[in-house]
Amino acid sequence: MWRWLHPYAKPEATFRLNQKLLPWFAVPGIIVLAVGIIWGLAFAPADYQQGDSYRIIFTHVPAAMWSMGFYVGMAIAALIAIVWQIRTAEWAILAIAPVGAVLTFISLFTGAVWGKPMWGTWWEWDARLTSQLILFFLYLGVLALYAAFEDERTGAKAAGILALIGVVNIPIIHYSVYWWNTLHQQSTITQAITRLERPSIADEMLWPLLTCILGFLLVSSALVIMRLNNEILKREIRRPWAQQELTGHTAEGGQS
Amino acid sequence: MAKIRTATILTALIKRDLSVAMRQRSDLLNPIIFLLVVITLFPLGVGPEPEILGRIAPGVIWVSALLSALLGLERLFRDDFRDGALEQMLLLPVATEWAIVGKIFVHWLLSAAPLLILAPLLALLLNLPQEAWFTLWMTLLLGTPVLSSVGAIGVALTVSLNKGGALLSLLLLPLLVPLLIFATAAIETAASGLPALGPLAFMGAILVLTTTLSPFAVHAALRVSVN
Repeated sequence: MWRWLHPYAKPEATFRLNQKLLPWFAVPGIIVLAVGIIWGLAFAPADYQQGDSYRIIFTHVPAAMWSMGFYVGMAIAALIAIVWQIRTAEWAILAIAPVGAVLTFISLFTGAVWGKPMWGTWWEWDARLTSQLILFFLYLGVLALYAAFEDERTGAKAAGILALIGVVNIPIIHYSVYWWNTLHQQSTITQAITRLERPSIADEMLWPLLTCILGFLLVSSALVIMRLNNEILKREIRRPWAQQELTGHTAEGGQS
Repeated sequence: MAKIRTATILTALIKRDLSVAMRQRSDLLNPIIFLLVVITLFPLGVGPEPEILGRIAPGVIWVSALLSALLGLERLFRDDFRDGALEQMLLLPVATEWAIVGKIFVHWLLSAAPLLILAPLLALLLNLPQEAWFTLWMTLLLGTPVLSSVGAIGVALTVSLNKGGALLSLLLLPLLVPLLIFATAAIETAASGLPALGPLAFMGAILVLTTTLSPFAVHAALRVSVN
């Protein structure tokens, strides 16, 4: 593990790796996402019950999935930062947190927009919605804790510890919220939700959905990579390698 | 030999914390007075009908307990941080986790004891059905150590900040959601005449998990805060 991680403790190594990786995420990401969205919105058949309004699934589900996934990724970065004291991993926490928070927000927002025509209400205290809302608060906590420290290094470390504690808690929160939801008498709306989602999804809808999920992952990862590289440059701006990297680029731009 | 030393240092720490706390009694009393005032506001806000009050009592009592716990939490580390005692604690020749356990224990003792004594009064004020009184007391007994030990993590993370208060609630309340859910579920099942052992057992599990693991998280957080 150490042998594999060690080179990337050097910011410039991570920066160059990111430079190499970025096109591999960004270009296929934009293509896959565009294909998935157009496929989902224009070509997939309409749902027999929900009509066209089900199509919001193509943004809602990927966002909800990766909001969890990116939290786990952030916690892994936090673990690396705490155990091996690697600064680039600390910056990775800060690179991931806002992207994850936005994904969570997208899933909450599209959920509300979807809920209005389907269930007749913007917000329902359904188990999924509630645990997603709490996930959003956890992201906000990480961001707020980082912002509260004047010293950025301390802030990043504290935010990392909080992210780790949060990832231990997420399953507990998740299952307790489900338990809470089944304990309380369910409204007919909630029952309708669970009934609607139970039938397995048709193939013509599943494939664009999977495409969108992949597209969301690639685009969000590309955003994280860009944020991480910005973070690295911001912190290392006075180092010779960063100067060389920056001036080298501008020189190239001048020549072409 | 080493074990004896841990024990002596731990008792010395507990004695010290107790005597420091006893000299600042207002710090101990304020959260509990806050709790009483909040509980009093609810009948004024939602109306004095006994049925409604009895229905919302578990949630009101527990939400107020959470909020009042947040008020008293900073006492755990802030003064020690300011006068440098915290650094000395981190330098002790025993595992720092033990010292943290001692501090959490004292905090729990002083913040939970008044709550446990007042619990019947709160139940009475909010017209909680009598079958649920003992369960309310049990949830408070099992839940307050969780409040202290999870709260300690939050305080340890924010102790070096001046504006820690509002931040503390944002950090801690999402983490305490399971506690609230199981506590109110236990009281509600008891109030409807059913055995409440299930949710109480969950609370016991959360209690074991948090009290054993949080000292390590607190230690890591303190090292970041103290630098």
